[in-house]
Amino acid sequence: MKGAGLLGLAPALTALLLAGPALAGLAGVLLPAFGWAPPLGARAFGFGEFRALFAEPGIFRAAALALGAGLAATLASLLIVALVLAGWEGTRAFRALERALAPLLALPHAAAAFGLAFLIAPSGWIARALSPWATGWERPPDLLIVGDGYGLSLIVGLILKEAPFLFLMALAALPAAAPLRARLLSSTMGHGRVSGFLKAVWPQIYPQLRLPVFAVLAYSVSSVDVALILGPSAPPPLSVLILRWAADPDLALRLRAAAGASLLLALTLGAFLLWRCGEALAARLRDRAVWAGGRGRAEGPLRAFGLSAALLTAGAAAGGIAVLALWSFAGRWTFPGALPEALSLRTWARALPAAAGPAAETAALALAATAIALALVLLCLEAEVRSGRRPRRALILLYLPLLIPPVAFLPGLATLALFAGIGSGSGAALLGHLVFVTPYVFLSLAGPWRAMDPRLAVVAGSLGAGSWRAFLTIRAPMALAPILTAAAVGCAVSVGQYLPTLLLGAGRTPTLTTEAVALAAGGDRRAIAAFALMQTAAAFLPFAVALALPRLAWRNRRGMRA
Amino acid sequence: MTPLRAALAALLLAAPAAIAAPAPKDWPAILEAARGQTVWFNAWGGSTRINDYIAWAAAEAEARFGFEVEQVKLGDTSEAVSRVVTEITAGLTEGGAVDLIWINGENFAAMKSRGLLYGPWAGGIPNAALLDPDANPALSLDFAVETEGYESPWGLAQFVFYRNAARLPEPPMSIPALLDWAKAHPGRFAFPAPPDFLGVTFLKQALIELTPDRARLIEPPGADAETILAPLWAYMRELTPHLWRGGRAYPASGPRLFPLMADDEIDLAVNFGAGEISAAVANYDLPETARAYVLTGGTIANAHFLAIPANAKAKEAAMVFADFLLSPEAQARKADPEVWGDATALSMEKLPPEEATRFAALDPGPAAREAKGPALPEPHADWAPLIEAGWKTRFAVAE
Repeated sequence: MKGAGLLGLAPALTALLLAGPALAGLAGVLLPAFGWAPPLGARAFGFGEFRALFAEPGIFRAAALALGAGLAATLASLLIVALVLAGWEGTRAFRALERALAPLLALPHAAAAFGLAFLIAPSGWIARALSPWATGWERPPDLLIVGDGYGLSLIVGLILKEAPFLFLMALAALPAAAPLRARLLSSTMGHGRVSGFLKAVWPQIYPQLRLPVFAVLAYSVSSVDVALILGPSAPPPLSVLILRWAADPDLALRLRAAAGASLLLALTLGAFLLWRCGEALAARLRDRAVWAGGRGRAEGPLRAFGLSAALLTAGAAAGGIAVLALWSFAGRWTFPGALPEALSLRTWARALPAAAGPAAETAALALAATAIALALVLLCLEAEVRSGRRPRRALILLYLPLLIPPVAFLPGLATLALFAGIGSGSGAALLGHLVFVTPYVFLSLAGPWRAMDPRLAVVAGSLGAGSWRAFLTIRAPMALAPILTAAAVGCAVSVGQYLPTLLLGAGRTPTLTTEAVALAAGGDRRAIAAFALMQTAAAFLPFAVALALPRLAWRNRRGMRA
Repeated sequence: MTPLRAALAALLLAAPAAIAAPAPKDWPAILEAARGQTVWFNAWGGSTRINDYIAWAAAEAEARFGFEVEQVKLGDTSEAVSRVVTEITAGLTEGGAVDLIWINGENFAAMKSRGLLYGPWAGGIPNAALLDPDANPALSLDFAVETEGYESPWGLAQFVFYRNAARLPEPPMSIPALLDWAKAHPGRFAFPAPPDFLGVTFLKQALIELTPDRARLIEPPGADAETILAPLWAYMRELTPHLWRGGRAYPASGPRLFPLMADDEIDLAVNFGAGEISAAVANYDLPETARAYVLTGGTIANAHFLAIPANAKAKEAAMVFADFLLSPEAQARKADPEVWGDATALSMEKLPPEEATRFAALDPGPAAREAKGPALPEPHADWAPLIEAGWKTRFAVAE
């Protein structure tokens, strides 16, 4: 069984590939945080840097913003997903939302944030559409909407991206919970839709959702690009402060950045802990509700709230894309005009040639990272099926890069990559992408793969097919649709990567995302819009392929068409 | 020996730390070595017009000198500084990822003082003969730090205010007048939050006008720093509540001010260089009524430069490219407001007459035409960290 030996190594190899960089990068941040950075002349272990960190003006508010925005965005996203599933599962509205999911998943964080900012700012599209006839505004009001001090627009921007991701994860876990049977049973006992779902189905789904929820929590606590565009500025959230210190010409501030990154890590762990407490509390409340024997209160309002929140989320994302498109074709466009005074192709004529190189680099990185990640994940899953064991610990390692804030380990990783002689450039950037792409590919593929009937392979075996042949001719083709979806998710994740591309690629791998973020430093809204749209298209294209390919491949297999 | 060579020899003798490698003594040899190299040019990438200009220069350099130039588009110049530090930290003392950096001020001071720069080389490139540092001290004093040939001038910029003339026909012409105007028109003036260099420059400009002894600012700060900065903080305490959004939020960078004026959110803002205002109007980024101007008492002027990191891989091609960017042809194109609108570093007296006419023919455009006034020197680079830190403790956390 030579193949099985190799296969047995796959999970360990994958875990090493993912957790290794994260842990090594973490060491590269924790050491300087405690005062050990010989190249910067710091050789004394101690808490000096933390004292300096806590003396920074506004540091506590910056930390509170990171924690608060992270928890609020995660809780709101999960709530929307739960209410939509509870109130609308199996309805036509629900299927419409399912179809809207792919473009929402593909929308890169930065593009979503820009779209939202162009929509809700005092001079944004909504204000323009309502002015001056409804608002009386001849000039935009001096209102702090984008970048408000409580981080509300930041939270909305995060929900825009995180709710669709949790929805996808919940959809994957749903079939195993047999929602239809549960609904029939609970309704015969007199429960309303929402009440029955939350009491009978949700407790089965949630354990599958916990890791994705933690990934969302970690991302939201430490997000950089969304915070830069939508977050407050006086002071900004902690992640932005860290980036600022790390890039300061005063090199001694690198130690402060390391201390800040350690604090961000502690905040993330704190958020996990708070979340677990919240889970316990929610479980107790649910038990009490079950024993109280209620059959559901406020069913109507809850259903209405869930659907309108979901529609609002999808609508804001769609409106954002629309306003980006409008800006990219706009000539002069002054307030309060609802539409540009003139349309022009000038922005695109300039942006398209400039984007050719970055687009090719984006595609190369995304395809390479996704191909490697897919191979690793398939090997892991196949090993799991054949051995019949599910390595839970290794799984945690797999998620490590999603649970540690990227600003906390990527700078250290970039330094280590140089030490290790990997250098900087495409190779290092690919490694960086792989660390983030693989967990998402695993997340999207594990459910459908495990749900496949294991007896198929047994039948194949009894007909004389070896285990590899069963894999190649039965299991892999049957899972074509989920494999392609996982590949699309992987490509979308890769397309959206900013920090790994920048720090590990040393700027030598310009992608659509790095170009878009570099332009964001400027004031050219038209160019920003054009690049954000191209970035969105690059992430969406794989989803379109993933939808179209199985239909083509299975055009003569009715049972395989979803 | 030409005077240039003699000067260069003197320079090399005066700088014991100079690295022996390709000092630009033998220019033909450098041109030869540059062939086939790739210059990774790390330059701020927030402006499509500047990026287009760099792309033009890169294509010219490839055609004329046979090497490639790739722009690494930075969100902030400190990213490149940071990258060089990371490499040196990892022991990569040669073959680094950064070959040429668009730089000045604090970033230059930090790199030079830590020995992260290659040089001296800038005095030895052929087109350096067309500069006149005696007439313009900003060319050899970068924020009062001697450049000593570790960076080559690329362009000049003067700090300007710009207004929407349709809304503000009579703009405030001094720092005290600005405060009175802001009190009467709250929320209509904005500057980017320090440590953005434009925000810091606004604070420096205010300090220069408010301080009784300007000459003191050319020297590094000492024990008297708090006393000298006190009038600035008193002024800012009065001004801040009348800023855009009441000082509870700040634009992230200078160009982020353009959309604010285009959307009629503000009437008055600041920028480096009047040419960029013309360019932004042509790009629909600013209204046609945008006008740049200089305060009556003058505003800060400085130069921006090109520097080569100590561990750069393509030092020869980087020097040749920096020399090309300093050529009258490249400088005249850069000064054209249709292209970029950045003032030339070259001395018109030192140019051959037929080259000088290129520059005389350029029209700065209506938005930049009135932007004329005395040029004030930058305070010493060591003031910037004090001003940044002082502003941070007092104003970076909104009430």
